[in-house]
Amino acid sequence: MTGTRLLLYALRRLLQAVPMIVIILIVNFFLIHSAPGDPVDVLTGSMETSEEYIAELRAEFGLDKPLVQQLGIYLWKAAHFDLGYSMRYRQDVTGLILSRLPATLLLMGTALVFSSFLGIMLGVFAARRPYSLSDNAVTFIALAGYSMPVFWLGQILLLIFAVQLQWFPVQGMFSLRVPSHGWARFADLMHHLALPAITYSVYHLTLIYRLTRVKMQETLTLDFCTTARAKGLSEASVVRRHALPNAMLPVVTVIGLNFGFMLAGSVLTETVFAWPGTGRLLYEAINARDYPVLLGLFTFLSLMVILANVLTDIIYALIDPRVTYS
Amino acid sequence: MTDHATAPLLCVRGLTTTLRTDTSEFDAVSDVSITIGRGEAVALVGESGCGKSLTALSLMRLLPSVARLSPPTSVTFDGVDLATQDDAEMRKARGRKMAMIFQDPLTFLNPVMRIGDQVTEAIRVHNVLTKAEASQLALESLERVRITAPAQVMRYYPHQLSGGMRQRILIAMAISCKPELLIADEPTTALDVTIQAQIMDLLADLRRELGSSMLLITHDMGLVAEYVDRVYVMYAGEIVEEASVFDLFAAPKHPYTQALLKSSLSVDRRTEVFETIAGVPPNLANAPKGCRFHPRCPVAIERCAREHPGFTDMGNAQRARCLLLEEGA
Amino acid sequence: MSVVEPLAATEVAEMPSAWRIFRRNRMSVFGLVLIVILAVLALLGPWIAPFSPYSTTAGPVMAPPGAPHWLGTDELGRDIFSRVLLGTRTSLLVGLAAAFIATFVGITVGALSGYFTGWIDDVIMRVTEVFQVIPRFFLAIVLVSFFGANLVNIILAISLLSWPELARIVRAEFLTLRSRQFVDAARVCGAGAMWLVFVEILPNALAPVIVNATLQVGQAMLLEAGLSYLGVGDPSQISLGMMLQQAQQIMRAAWWATLFPGVALAIAVLAINIVGDGLNDVFSPRSRER
Repeated sequence: MTGTRLLLYALRRLLQAVPMIVIILIVNFFLIHSAPGDPVDVLTGSMETSEEYIAELRAEFGLDKPLVQQLGIYLWKAAHFDLGYSMRYRQDVTGLILSRLPATLLLMGTALVFSSFLGIMLGVFAARRPYSLSDNAVTFIALAGYSMPVFWLGQILLLIFAVQLQWFPVQGMFSLRVPSHGWARFADLMHHLALPAITYSVYHLTLIYRLTRVKMQETLTLDFCTTARAKGLSEASVVRRHALPNAMLPVVTVIGLNFGFMLAGSVLTETVFAWPGTGRLLYEAINARDYPVLLGLFTFLSLMVILANVLTDIIYALIDPRVTYS
Repeated sequence: MTDHATAPLLCVRGLTTTLRTDTSEFDAVSDVSITIGRGEAVALVGESGCGKSLTALSLMRLLPSVARLSPPTSVTFDGVDLATQDDAEMRKARGRKMAMIFQDPLTFLNPVMRIGDQVTEAIRVHNVLTKAEASQLALESLERVRITAPAQVMRYYPHQLSGGMRQRILIAMAISCKPELLIADEPTTALDVTIQAQIMDLLADLRRELGSSMLLITHDMGLVAEYVDRVYVMYAGEIVEEASVFDLFAAPKHPYTQALLKSSLSVDRRTEVFETIAGVPPNLANAPKGCRFHPRCPVAIERCAREHPGFTDMGNAQRARCLLLEEGA
Repeated sequence: MSVVEPLAATEVAEMPSAWRIFRRNRMSVFGLVLIVILAVLALLGPWIAPFSPYSTTAGPVMAPPGAPHWLGTDELGRDIFSRVLLGTRTSLLVGLAAAFIATFVGITVGALSGYFTGWIDDVIMRVTEVFQVIPRFFLAIVLVSFFGANLVNIILAISLLSWPELARIVRAEFLTLRSRQFVDAARVCGAGAMWLVFVEILPNALAPVIVNATLQVGQAMLLEAGLSYLGVGDPSQISLGMMLQQAQQIMRAAWWATLFPGVALAIAVLAINIVGDGLNDVFSPRSRER
């Protein structure tokens, strides 16, 4: 379980992910070609363009060549992180996505840390008193949070806390007139981040809460917890030292596997709050019919999901000593 | 005031454990009385499902949430009634006064915690020690259960050890605070025959070294003959016979004990011992009226179906719950 | 064959007890009642709506809740109550249709995979894996914006992306069930593969399928709402997601336009999830013992 062995394991898992990435790219390629009309329409993203540019695109993507060769060109470009060019933004798609990525990561990261922490705490609390009044109440609230459309929750929070009470700004990431750096700017950012982060946390929080509760209940009845109690440990120590570390294993897996859903939640949240991340970019691309950006985002987000799965496996290997790196 | 040295270590009277299901409540252990003297080794034998493991958990007050102790239970340990003690006091008793060795050494060890941490934890619960001191004591515990290269084993996780090694770890944790009573619940059922003997010999040696008493819970009459002084036979949640090992094997009084001995002597130790007793143990949720054994009893008389037998004293500290003994048959 | 008989007997005995367990959970019964009410409202929607949901002359612009517009009107003077009724109808339609198709595909794929095993199983499972990794919400967005934003495409896109989970569940059930005695018994009697799959094995794998299908309905409704909120919904249909998108423009002036469509959707999905949880309790062996 040395560092080098873990590194080798991580590398191998990454290599195993490559076929999946290629499959996604192929799906993407065929989407371009199966869309009604000329693939060039897709590549220009419904923008009025010059004849020269269209000819240029045809040459670049080898549209007059056989399909297999076109696929080769497409994959070659993708391997060089070339996801096409957006006429609308007059920028290459990869650069455009990367410029929007930090905002998304900030929102998702904040919400993920917050909701995981709170969800696990509440789950542990409820698991210790199963079927009590407080357990039932929290469980119902969790189910309600899980059933709510995330963007509507955002709208309601906007209505109450931004429009009515005016405690928080309505939209965006920064106010118009703030210092370009320093504490004031940071405070302004946090002020803008609060509502979207809470909105985005709710769905995730309920998911982690429900899972933690079930897994903790199961784990607390397992034999090794009886051993721990027989040693004379208090129930709180049994929970903290024995049940929780074991119950967390499946929770980590589920967080990783739900990364795709989490990205979907982030798109909707960013749209509600006009948060300038990749999700907002997707919304703009949909409504402008900017297909290069739409497809680029699809490829990019799929890639993130695959990487999240690999990362989950690595974290799992780190926290579960039973995983062998072979 | 009873004399501290001569009073028994553990005196269980009327132990009754009630199980609650969706539709009913019933006593899975009823009116069990057990006495264990200082330094004495006592066995509790019976078929699986007869309530012997539940009895052990009741003594430790480690019952699952569907079970609870009911009156007239009293569990006097060293002069203190554990059944009525508050949870904090009970916690102090667990592991220090009485420790338990469980059946399946894999599931009873925490899979994601290092062996060293699990043993050290058992020591630090009851003693104010630095990490280094506790870890030194843990190392000594591992040496005491004859683990070779204990320092290395301390860094292992349970899945990296063999079944016999894991059982030694459970024993090391149990003896780490030098308890006065060791409760061993089928400590060798999950192990190979050769390892079984090693573990049982180890337990016997440790018991001598520490001067502890032992309650051995088993279905294996071979182990009973070799390793204990006195025996309680349990059937369908109650004690049906109590005797010294010598008397029990020489002259079993209860028809169930007789059947037990006959079947265990006729088959290989490793196979399920009781399969030669006709019939199946009763469902405790609706135990038979009268003597609980009468539907399977080869010598039952008409009275057995009506009357629940009490104990008949046979002298020499041997007694059995059988109406035939009462009738002098 | 005698092996089959006792099983059939328990099947029959289970039906009333399943209802008994379900009924014991008051929440689930409450959820079921809610679903029935919503279904009736949705079915009768076009006839009980007090105003035409499209009519811009139904009332004044952005009228607050009150008679005769119980949930107010929107920025074009359309009656929100009538629109919520129709939107819920669309929502339930998409949810049910998508869940139905996904369940059908999931059962078929899972059953084939679990029954035949071998290389067929390998291939199917690889394909299923790909579908599980692709972020389905985004693929749905791409599909619908490429192939046209109409209800059929939306339903197909959602169901196309929802079957893998069920396929895995059905496959796992099949793998455990196919080796059981009663399947062997039927095989000895000369039953064909299709007969075995659909008559002997499938009914026994039904419990997890029902639970999953129920929860799929709610998921599909949320997906549809998300798609229409982002602007890839069917513009010719009234959808709760689209209403919420339009309501955001007038949020400062007309809170009711945001509140009510969301409440309707949340209640519908919540009721379905409650019933799903209740069914899960009925079918999980642990609650049987309780």
